[in-house]
Amino acid sequence: MKQSSRTGMTLKQREAATGWIFVALPLVSLIVFMYYPIVRSFMISGYEWNLLTEPKFIGLQNYKTLFQDEVFLTSLWNTFRWVIIYVPMSVITSFLLALLLDQKLKGAGFFRTLYYLPVVAPIVVVALLFVWIYNTDYGILNFILTKVFHIDPIGWLTDSRYSLFAIAVMSVWKWAGYNMLIFLAALQGIDESIYEAAELDGITPMTKLFKIKVPLVMPSIYFVMLTSVIDAFQMFTEIFIMTKGGPGYSTYTVSYYLWSNAFEYSKMGYACAMSAVMFVIILAVTLVQNKVMDRKVQYDS
Amino acid sequence: MVKSKTSKVLSYILVILVAVIVILPFLWMIVSAFKSQRELFAYPPTFFPTEWKVENFIEAASRGSISFVQMFFNSMKIAVPATVFNILFSTMAGYAFARLQFRWRESVFMLFIASMMVPGAVTLIPRFLMFRDLGFYDTYVPLVVPVMFGTAFSIFLARQFFMTLPKEMEEAAIVDGCSHFRVWWQIFMPLAKPIIATLAVFQFQSAYNDFMGPVIYLASDSKFTVQMGLNSFRNSFSARYDLIMAGSILALIPVVILFVCCQKYIIRGIAMGAVKG
Repeated sequence: MKQSSRTGMTLKQREAATGWIFVALPLVSLIVFMYYPIVRSFMISGYEWNLLTEPKFIGLQNYKTLFQDEVFLTSLWNTFRWVIIYVPMSVITSFLLALLLDQKLKGAGFFRTLYYLPVVAPIVVVALLFVWIYNTDYGILNFILTKVFHIDPIGWLTDSRYSLFAIAVMSVWKWAGYNMLIFLAALQGIDESIYEAAELDGITPMTKLFKIKVPLVMPSIYFVMLTSVIDAFQMFTEIFIMTKGGPGYSTYTVSYYLWSNAFEYSKMGYACAMSAVMFVIILAVTLVQNKVMDRKVQYDS
Repeated sequence: MVKSKTSKVLSYILVILVAVIVILPFLWMIVSAFKSQRELFAYPPTFFPTEWKVENFIEAASRGSISFVQMFFNSMKIAVPATVFNILFSTMAGYAFARLQFRWRESVFMLFIASMMVPGAVTLIPRFLMFRDLGFYDTYVPLVVPVMFGTAFSIFLARQFFMTLPKEMEEAAIVDGCSHFRVWWQIFMPLAKPIIATLAVFQFQSAYNDFMGPVIYLASDSKFTVQMGLNSFRNSFSARYDLIMAGSILALIPVVILFVCCQKYIIRGIAMGAVKG
C-alpha cells in the first residue's frame, strides 16, 4: 500500500472512504443480526415474557431457575456426553481417512469425492434415512446384528442407553468427509523436505506419524475440535427429527431445549437465559482452546 | 520394497472398505424407495426389490400438502437471492479488507472473524422477535436478509483469495484514475471466478439444507421448503418409509448434481477456510 503515499493525500482519503463504503452494509448487517441480538438476548433474559402479556422484569430469577432445572442440567450433561463420545470418534476417524488418502494411491481423488458425499446430503435426509436404518423391528442394522452376532434387537433410538451414541455414529458418518478434507489439506501442506531429512535418519513409519505428521497437523486438530464443540451446542435438526429429545430426556441438547422453551412454551426470557449461558460457555471454550493452541503450536511457520 | 507393496494392497483394501461403508446407507435408501410396502417390512428383508415400484416417486412428489416441485421453487426463492447478493457484498468487503487502507480495518475484520464462533442459537430469539415485530413472520425475508449482505465466512474466503493476487493487478489502473469500484468489478471479479464458485456452492447448500430457519419462520404449508416438506412427510405418512425414502432421494438430487459439478471448488474452499492463522 505504498503507492498511495506517493500520490498524495487525496488518493489516500479516497481509498479510505471507498474501504468504508465497501464494508458498510456487511458491517451494519453484522451488527444488526449478530452483535445486537447477543446483547438483546442478555437483556431479555432478565424478564419473564410469554409474548402475550407485557414482559415483567425479574432480575436474575431465570438464571436461578435454570440451574435448578433438571431438564436443562440434563441437556448440558448430554452436550458434555456428546463431546466426549463424538469428538474423539470423529477426529480419529477423519484423521485416519486423511492419512489413508494422503498416500499416493490411484483414484485417491475419486475416493475423496465419494467420502465427501454424506457431507453434502441435507441433514433432514440423513436423519430420516438413519431413523429407518436404526428402526428396532424392521431396521437393516438390527437385522444384520441379530444374524451375525445373534444378539437381541437393540432400540437404537428408543433405548436411552444407546440413543445419543447412535446419533453420534450417524454424525461421524455424515461429517467425517469434511474434517478429512481439513486434515488432508494440512498433511499435504507439510514440506516434503522434512520427510526426506527424516528418511535419511532412518526414521520408522510410526515415529514419522507421531513425531512429524501429528504435531504439524495439530493446529487443524484443534480447529476441528473447537468447531465440533461449538456444533455440539447447535445440535437441533438431528434431535428434532430422530428423537424429539427422547427417550426420556436422553437426547435433549441445549439447542433443542432452548427451541422448545421459546417456540413451544413461549418462555422467551427463560430461553434467552439459556442462550446467554451457552454463549458464555462457548466463549470460555474458545479462549481456553486458543491459549492451548498458542502454547502448543509454535513450530508453525 | 516387498513391505511397501503389501502396505499398498492393505491401503487399497481399506480405501474400498470405507467406500462401502459410505455407500451402503445411500444404497439402502435407494432400494427402500423402490419397494412395495409389504416388501419393506418383509422378514427376512430383501436387498433388491422384487418389483421396482417407480410409482413411489410419483406419489412422494405429489401427495404432500404441496407438490415437490412447488417446495423446490420455494427453496429456490430463498437460496438464489441469498447466494447472489451474499457473493456480491462479500467479495466487495473482501476486496476492501485485502486491498484498501482505512482506519480500524483490522478491528472491523476481527469483528467479522469473531462472529464465526457465535452459535446460531444465541442470536435466534432476538432475531425472531425483530422480524416478528416488523411483520415478516411467515415470509422468506428472515431467511434471506441476514445472509444477503455478506457473511463472515464468505468475506474471509474472498479476502484470502484476493490477498494472493499480485499488487500489479490494480496498480496501473489506480494510477490511471480508475475507481476502486471498477477495479473490484472489472479486474478482481473476473479473476475471482474460482472463489465465487466456492462461495456459491457453500451458500446455496446452506440455504437449501437449512431446516431450523424455515421451521421457526414459516407457518403456511404453501411456503414450505424442501427440507420442511420432507419432514412433514413423516407426520402425514408415518410408516411409509418407501415414500419417505423416495422423497429423500428427490431432495438429495439437486445437491448431488451441484456437488458433482463443483466438487473441486468445495474442496478448495474447505482447505482455504481451515488452514487459517
